[in-house]
Amino acid sequence: MADIAFLLLIFFLVTTTMNVDTGLARMLPPMPESQDKTEQDVKQRNIFTVLINKSDRLLVEGRPMDVNMLREKTKEFIANPNNDPDLPEKDVIDVDFFGTVEVAKGVISLQNDRGTSYSMYMQVQNELVAAYNELRNEIARTKFGKYYNDLTEDQQKAIQRIYPLRISEAEPKSVGGKN
Amino acid sequence: MAKFARKGKNKMPAISTASLPDIVFMLLFFFMVSTTLRETELFVRTKLPEASEVTKLEKKSLVSYIYIGPPARQYQGLFGTDSRIQLNDSFKTLIDIRDFISSEREAMSEQDRAYLQTSLKVDQETRMGIVTDVKQELRKASALKISYAAKRPVHEH
Repeated sequence: MADIAFLLLIFFLVTTTMNVDTGLARMLPPMPESQDKTEQDVKQRNIFTVLINKSDRLLVEGRPMDVNMLREKTKEFIANPNNDPDLPEKDVIDVDFFGTVEVAKGVISLQNDRGTSYSMYMQVQNELVAAYNELRNEIARTKFGKYYNDLTEDQQKAIQRIYPLRISEAEPKSVGGKN
Repeated sequence: MAKFARKGKNKMPAISTASLPDIVFMLLFFFMVSTTLRETELFVRTKLPEASEVTKLEKKSLVSYIYIGPPARQYQGLFGTDSRIQLNDSFKTLIDIRDFISSEREAMSEQDRAYLQTSLKVDQETRMGIVTDVKQELRKASALKISYAAKRPVHEH
């Protein structure tokens, strides 16, 4: 009897999943101190604009796009592998483990409407984060032979310097009418 | 001899109850382990969206929750079906967020205050308008570390 009891106990222990809180972590930009807007001057080629309208349609760099395509497009923008003059400029910086590397200065600008649905917004956010994660994983695999999440903190920091997560969410605008 | 045999056949042996405490304890342990205590009752429906790139929230003691979603059915007569904000255990408005954040800060120890993280549990059918408003309020309260709560999709991997 005791054997059966233990067996069941172990079975339940293994099969039950405790619900853990998961989510996409993000930093909000601090509120500007003064009222006057400080428009940062960023070159057009360094910005990747993603717009979501109130009927959940995507406009990426001025062209309509399906969500499934967004990840590839974002990866291309972040890394700029072929030094395309339309894609972001690169800075040369020193990074631990890697030496001197060229790092693209691209910023992703995400703008949504008040009428955009939250699930669409999260899908887009997820694709953007996925693009970063895939690039970080790729470089981690080639350099260290491990996945990004299995690296030490210093190694992760080095990769973060090469692919810094730069998603800027523009000040909210209401264009689509009723929210 | 025959008498004995018949007697044994007619009478069903009683079920042993010696293992009952074992079973009860087992169930007890099972429920103790698997239940998560919910400190707030949910007044709004929050069906979280799915996202494959989610990460775990590190320290639960540093996290405060903001729920946004349509009111649960029993409150719809009173509050309608439009998405609303719930803080702690009542419906609140945008203005209350700053007070909420500062009271959450106060409840934390001095050195933890900088690490306050806000988890936005938003229903997937909510429109972004109210979420944007909440984000603006959080910026004003300088609670900048946020997390969009989402589930890991089941079908992947």
